[in-house]
Amino acid sequence: MNLITDRRRLLMHLRRFAPWLMLFGLVLVWQLIYMLRVYPPFIIPAPVDVLVKFRDVLLDGRLFNHTIATLVNVLVGLVAGLLLALTLGYAIAKTPILEDILSPIIVAIQSAPVVAYAPLLVIWFGSGPSSKIVTGALIVFFPMLMNTIVGIRNVPASLKDLMRSMQATPWQTFTRLEIPSAMPILMSGLKISATLAVIGAVVGEFISSNAGLGFLINLARSQYDTPLVLVAVLMLTLIARLLYGVVSLLERSLLSWQRRSQRN
Amino acid sequence: MTGHITGRNLVASYPAPGGGILPALGPVSFDVAPGEFVCLLGPSGCGKSTLIRILGGLQLPSQGQAFLDGSLITQPSPQVALMFQESNLMPWRTVLQNIALPLELKGVEKVERMEAARHLLPGLGLGAEFADAYPGELSGGMAQRVALGRVLIQRPEVLLLDEPFGALDALTREQITLDLMQVWAAEQQTVIMVTHNINEAILLADRILVFSQRPGRIIANIPVTLPRPRRIDDSYSDAFGQVAQQVRAAVRQAHPVMG
Ligand SMILES: Nc1ncnc2c1ncn2[C@@H]1O[C@H](COP(=O)(O)OP(=O)(O)OP(=O)(O)O)[C@@H](O)[C@H]1O
Ligand SMILES: [Mg+2]
Repeated sequence: MNLITDRRRLLMHLRRFAPWLMLFGLVLVWQLIYMLRVYPPFIIPAPVDVLVKFRDVLLDGRLFNHTIATLVNVLVGLVAGLLLALTLGYAIAKTPILEDILSPIIVAIQSAPVVAYAPLLVIWFGSGPSSKIVTGALIVFFPMLMNTIVGIRNVPASLKDLMRSMQATPWQTFTRLEIPSAMPILMSGLKISATLAVIGAVVGEFISSNAGLGFLINLARSQYDTPLVLVAVLMLTLIARLLYGVVSLLERSLLSWQRRSQRN
Repeated sequence: MTGHITGRNLVASYPAPGGGILPALGPVSFDVAPGEFVCLLGPSGCGKSTLIRILGGLQLPSQGQAFLDGSLITQPSPQVALMFQESNLMPWRTVLQNIALPLELKGVEKVERMEAARHLLPGLGLGAEFADAYPGELSGGMAQRVALGRVLIQRPEVLLLDEPFGALDALTREQITLDLMQVWAAEQQTVIMVTHNINEAILLADRILVFSQRPGRIIANIPVTLPRPRRIDDSYSDAFGQVAQQVRAAVRQAHPVMG
């Protein structure tokens, strides 16, 4: 009896620490590879070199500036893509003829890889932030558009009848029925979009730019400054992870009814 | 007094699954006086829900007209409240928020409408501990009671109830039947209620309309003249038994296979 609860407790502790153990193990292996000189240091630098580099760019302000530049591109691109997808998705869900008209363009944009058409966007929108924002917005656009259409189309007809029988105005139906009913699927779209927005911004920065973590990676690579590349990559991972976390928190608070309903 | 409902040669049909048209209802003609309580009885699929939807202005008849106080019903009216066959609650709203929804749409202040909803809970047989529960946490019968609350809070002149007590156990069902009878006695609304339960119909109704199989037509119009207020025990009386026999005979006629 006691043994079982003890073992269960141990297992619980283990599960909580498992990710950190994994991380620690990875750094350990990395350090070993470095110490055994499997690869030259400019290919695989020591973990501590990366840490030192991190401190240096943090102190000289470069890390901060480039991170902010990327973060702005990501957020503005995300919001722009979301707004576009939400409004267009809603319009399409309500007027099927719009879908017939727009679907060739939408499918074409979705089928072409971003990396392929991003140079075009730089030509059209310049090498400033706008081309990055447009790239981010486009990559965010499609999944959010699809989720909006599905979410609005799946509003139960029986609830629409209910709203109608209670004389709800179109605005009331929109705010009290359509938005909350589509919210779960909108939230899963937002989770995908938030991560994609980071990719969009970095792709834009790779093509041509003078600021941002994508620019920093390009620069560091050309100087064989592998620790700096790693610092920038880790920073990007952090941004993506943070965004995902924020969206998850938002989802938890907006959809708390779902978790309570699923308990039984 | 208002709440006068009339049907004139109402016919409803749907596109049939294999093409062509599927006649679902009618023609039916009837007249429900203001303040009258009418129960609709009939075999499954005979068009009762369809008729309720037409009277509620949610769908237009294929032929014929329905009138509310002399004007053609073409859209939902604020005087009419409709309770659907399924509880139709919004899963993201709590019990109170679901009940208060009609008041929210009318622009009633939050404190006021939540208070009004809370007042209804005991009469619906819902404990206060469920006020903030979500529909996903309720049983089917409790969900139906919440739906009834959402109808009653509108204090309509006409109540259209489509099998409101389908998912309730026998005892709760009796209790809520009595509660509904009280509400009706106090407010004197016009009620049109679909049910499959003969005793319930006799207890509640001034008149019972029995429908044939699809497409449903009215095959019997049985007045229930038992004195009011009626109680559950009345269902053991001779007079009650006679009405029940009459209704059962009509219902049997509607189900030729079982007759
Ligand atoms: N939206 C619809 N589309 C097509 N056919 C329908 C639709 N709604 C109802 N029907 C058909 O119309 C007929 C009547 O349906 P209705 O729901 O009015 O019956 P009902 O009398 O309420 O049955 P029950 O007692 O089972 O609830 C049925 O045969 C059904 O198949
Ligand atoms: Mg029905």
